[in-house]
Amino acid sequence: MSPRTRKMVFQILRYVVALTALVFFLFPIMWIILTAFKTGDEFLRSPPVWFPRTPTLRSFAHVIETGGLKTLKNSLIISTSATLLSLIVGSLAGYGLARYKVGGDNLPFFILSQRFMPPAAVIFPFLLVFKTLKWVDTYQALIVVYLTFNLPYAVWMMRGFFMEIPIEIEESALVDGCSPFGAFWRVALPLVTPGLVATGVFCFIFSWSEFFFAVTLTRTDAVTLSVQLANFFGKMMVMWGEVGAMSVMAMLPLFLMSFVVQRYLVRGLTMGAVK
Amino acid sequence: MEDGLELAPTVEGPYSKIKFSRKRLTPWLFVAPCLIIILLVTIFPTIYSLGLSFTRWEIALPDKPFIGLGNYIQLFQDSRFTHSILVTAIVVVVGVSVELALGFGLAQTLVAEMRGKRIIVAALLLPVMVMPVVVGYTWRLLWDAQYGPINQIIGWIIGRPFHYTWLAKPPTAIFAILVTEIWQWTPFMFLVFLSGLSTLDPELFEAADIDGASGWEKFYHLTIPLMRPILIVAVLIRGLDALKFFDIIFTLTGGGPGNSTETISFYIYQTGYQFFRLGYGAAASFVLLIALVIILTYLLKLFRATSE
Repeated sequence: MSPRTRKMVFQILRYVVALTALVFFLFPIMWIILTAFKTGDEFLRSPPVWFPRTPTLRSFAHVIETGGLKTLKNSLIISTSATLLSLIVGSLAGYGLARYKVGGDNLPFFILSQRFMPPAAVIFPFLLVFKTLKWVDTYQALIVVYLTFNLPYAVWMMRGFFMEIPIEIEESALVDGCSPFGAFWRVALPLVTPGLVATGVFCFIFSWSEFFFAVTLTRTDAVTLSVQLANFFGKMMVMWGEVGAMSVMAMLPLFLMSFVVQRYLVRGLTMGAVK
Repeated sequence: MEDGLELAPTVEGPYSKIKFSRKRLTPWLFVAPCLIIILLVTIFPTIYSLGLSFTRWEIALPDKPFIGLGNYIQLFQDSRFTHSILVTAIVVVVGVSVELALGFGLAQTLVAEMRGKRIIVAALLLPVMVMPVVVGYTWRLLWDAQYGPINQIIGWIIGRPFHYTWLAKPPTAIFAILVTEIWQWTPFMFLVFLSGLSTLDPELFEAADIDGASGWEKFYHLTIPLMRPILIVAVLIRGLDALKFFDIIFTLTGGGPGNSTETISFYIYQTGYQFFRLGYGAAASFVLLIALVIILTYLLKLFRATSE
């Protein structure tokens, strides 16, 4: 084989691999989206029908009739609040760690280590405390929990972003009589806006997708999307159309967000270890 | 502001020492809210949980007697718990290894320029963004004996209808869980390795070409050593997260058939929610926590080495 044909064969093989990977990784997503638009007769047929003959919005309508909008609202309120609080507390701490080296080398790593805390390890005390406070099935319970579980991540990411901006601008602001908080708020924070947005998007994704705390700490009023999805999965029969419709509602916002932070994806997913 | 910028170089030394000094209280004010929340919401409950694990805390019991290590001793005699450790270990070891291999292979294949690369990469990443609960239910539908397309496709290949109940038998249920985990997280490995590979210095590889190195030699003596820190970080992040494996079990198999696919997190959930044995569950959660701390200590050492 001449080098030229070899190169061509190699190139074709690369496309074959890429295509195989695309089919494997996109097929399940495509299947659940198609299921959302099938009629009851279609998603309960054996062998399965791949494409709905007359795509219907009936499943979406039923999801909304059975409280789907309320859970969507709950998820939005809880995730947004937890994200904003994580960003405020997280960027403050990240700044302290980056600029003042508070707690030396050990404090940042202690905070990072909290990122790996298994939810199952703290669930029983949470449950007992929230029962006493009458917080079970409330927004504040999940907001506090998600804030805490997002914080290590937010602090670590923001610390990284602050360390990358030149220190001189803040120093001259301090010389000009700016308070330390002013240097943070008016000088440093505007410079890390893209990092702040990326960190916020990741915090939102974590809170939005979380299931363990949501299923243990909510009952009816504060139910989030992930828990409502599990509710459609009845004991007697599975409402696949509704599961599909709700899945679409849960997936789309995150897909859009992931495009917004495309540039920071690797950094965001590896906590800055890979840039 | 502009003046300040010009001033900066002359006063940089002394001022930076004074203004960014670590001895003053102000710096701690930045970190205080974060530390208070972490202490209050994770450290305190962890200690409380430790106390709980030494008692027989059950909803039906009027008092909660102290039983020392009783729960822990019972745990390791509990075949359901030891089995859940095994299942968790399988997910962590097999799942993460396959993700590593597939992700690395894909990244190697797609690292060079090709038409439509940006779109291909963006599309391959979608599974990472899907809510795990959605992933679990989607795959439950895919594996379904009657309504699932997997059996249908196998049926086309073998030329007769195929109705295997994948999730009803322990070995294939574990297999289904692994496929699901690998489906969701291989793209993470792929993305991380892709960005790592694209930062490698091409001159090194050109030099190796001149020295007549084969493709395999370049891979073994250049790519692998250069990528080592990234490989380790990716594997440890995935490994630690896989240790908490819960959502997929809840949605895909519900721990079944029987209790054969329960992970540690799922078993802890069951002890609390099905049997209301909080003391026992707390002991189990401490075993999970200790396993995590051991792996984490190792991770932090590596993080220090690679991030500085």
